[in-house]
Amino acid sequence: MFTPLKKVILIFVLTLICLYISLPNEVPFKLNVGPLKIDKKLYRYDLNINYSRLSLTKNFDLVLGLDLAGGSHLTFEADTKSKSGEDKKEALVSLKEVMERRVNLFGVSEPNVQISSFQDKDRIIVELPGVKETEEAIKLIGKTAQLIFAEVSNENEPGFKPTELTGADLKRAKVTFDSQSGKPAVSIEFNDEGAKKFEDLTEKNVGKPLAIFLDQDLVSSPIVQEKIVGGSAQITGDFSVDQAKNLSIQLNAGALPLSVELVEQRTVGATLGEESVVKSINAGIIGLFMVLTFMILAYGRMGVIADIALIIFGIITLSLYKIIPVVLTLPGIAGFLLSVGMAVDSNILIFERFKEEKKKRDFANALEAAFGRAWDSIRDANIATLVTAFVLANPLDLAFLHTSGPVRGFAITLSLGILVSLFTGIVVSRNMLRVFLKEGKG
Amino acid sequence: MDWMKFRKIYFIFSGAVIALGIFSLVKWGMRLGVDFSGGTIIEYKFEEDISTEEASKKIEDEGVEVTSIQKTDDKKYLFRVSALKPEEKDKVKKSLESITNGKAFEELRYETVGPSISPELIIKTFYAIAIASTAILLWVAYQFKSIKFGTSAILAMFHDSFILVGFFSLFGHFWQAEVDFLFITALLTTLSFSVHDTIVVYDRIREFQKKNKDVSLYNISNIAITETMVRSLNNSFTILFMLVALILLGGTSIKWFSVALLIGTIFGTYSSPFIAVPILVTWEEVVNKLRRRK
Repeated sequence: MFTPLKKVILIFVLTLICLYISLPNEVPFKLNVGPLKIDKKLYRYDLNINYSRLSLTKNFDLVLGLDLAGGSHLTFEADTKSKSGEDKKEALVSLKEVMERRVNLFGVSEPNVQISSFQDKDRIIVELPGVKETEEAIKLIGKTAQLIFAEVSNENEPGFKPTELTGADLKRAKVTFDSQSGKPAVSIEFNDEGAKKFEDLTEKNVGKPLAIFLDQDLVSSPIVQEKIVGGSAQITGDFSVDQAKNLSIQLNAGALPLSVELVEQRTVGATLGEESVVKSINAGIIGLFMVLTFMILAYGRMGVIADIALIIFGIITLSLYKIIPVVLTLPGIAGFLLSVGMAVDSNILIFERFKEEKKKRDFANALEAAFGRAWDSIRDANIATLVTAFVLANPLDLAFLHTSGPVRGFAITLSLGILVSLFTGIVVSRNMLRVFLKEGKG
Repeated sequence: MDWMKFRKIYFIFSGAVIALGIFSLVKWGMRLGVDFSGGTIIEYKFEEDISTEEASKKIEDEGVEVTSIQKTDDKKYLFRVSALKPEEKDKVKKSLESITNGKAFEELRYETVGPSISPELIIKTFYAIAIASTAILLWVAYQFKSIKFGTSAILAMFHDSFILVGFFSLFGHFWQAEVDFLFITALLTTLSFSVHDTIVVYDRIREFQKKNKDVSLYNISNIAITETMVRSLNNSFTILFMLVALILLGGTSIKWFSVALLIGTIFGTYSSPFIAVPILVTWEEVVNKLRRRK
């Protein structure tokens, strides 16, 4: 077995590794002593190992949630009344895929799109980190964008009847400018089948209007001059550049198989997010400082050891957030700070117990007895909190519990904090006490 | 120290706090946040202070119902209105532009929960509370394998959560504190804190009971409370330091959440020696009296 001294050294090595991971990407390093001037930036490298077939890469950046980085959480409710069973499932999956494609085309780096069905209600949750033009995004994502080509239904009366040619027959769409009017337009290219349909349709309707409908709205109805071969066409209408761009994105991503309605939106601006980060870091530093001071005032030399254990706790927890990675939200930071307050609990329990045991037996025995006795209480007491945090964190993604949001962020950091505090309280402080505290001085 | 001698005082104090909570709940109820009631909140930052009455009037003119407009910070205002559709949001913006004389203002936060989604959030929250408290109850039952210990721990736990709910009813009435997801989270955390502390004291009582079979529960409880008192207080202090720092410096978004956790921590610490143990001792005495009569 390892001696306590070796264990303490091991703990410090582990802490150094964790410290490295928990550093920010860039650390400014300034030194100004007399003639010695250093002004450099230190970079933390991410894990990137390539050894023959073994490849291990890991990015150690802190992942910030929407409330800290700024962004939008959108919930769309899908109209699934007309569908049931397997049909509904398929439609929802394809709905999710189309929305995901649209979000990607809108230029969001890491969108999170998921299906959430609960009590006959089917919803798609879309998370857009860092998006400023939320309203634009909502219009783009939520519009069905069903493109239909229609021909004149009857020569005597006006009106159109839909044909078999739809947005599903497209190969690609892009923004162009109309050669005559100079206005923005969308040029489309049909796939082989679509090109064939288009050819037949134009042949049949020479001299007659051919209407293009988008979600039941007439976009334009040009008169067919001649049969068009080759499968490309242009949609002109009263578009702005943005509208033309959105339409081309929607056509490229495909129409939504179900119509959707926005039922929930939570948007946090980037300024508020930054402010929250700064404020909670300040609160955390001041709170931590008070806890550290309090422990030294209350327990003297033992308090110093508890403080070192607490700092190690902080470093390990922070690096775990990066390794797992945990999406850090504002309530998540609160959970972390709360766990800092709780992490010293195990030390306090042990120290108080130790004071009593010291009256009855010699130093070393008292220390071990205090640890043994206190451990039972610590374990039993923390399980209650862990159980609660587990239900709130909902790691199994159960549909009848919250699957996202502030509750989860808090629960994850709190439970992680408790687990790490069990380790630092028992392993770290115990071995440090064994090594650094000598009989008669403690 | 003879802590148990003052049992009546603890019970009267807790009874009074709970009664105050019940009074407030009956009279004013709880103020539900958008998570549960549905609706929209928008926080804007203006370049100069605005008149909330004028803003409220302008927005209502557009057919949007205004619940309240509250100043949250320097030149920052929180608007609570009925659940907005995207096009209605534009109307609100336009009506505000008319009172700032066209000066720009920044949207800091926008949350809207439609009427179809809030009932679902309530149901999910209810499940979370039910499952978490059942799990804690089972854990306490397993831990103590004694109805006396288990029940009194659970009574203390309900005592704490009830006091927290009562306080928030008062805060809601006087300071617009709202019941939202975060409040529920704080409530559940309080449940587990309460049990956490009680377990530490009970562990000590049972340890003494094993060693000293002839000492009465009354005396054992006094010793156990004396020995765990410093630990309880010190541990609460460290948690309180963190929470007070969060309340004062952490910003408006999590202020009430931190307040809820603070109340939960204070009463969770108080209830273990002063509610859970006194109930246990009283229970034992009543049982003994009944036995003697037979």
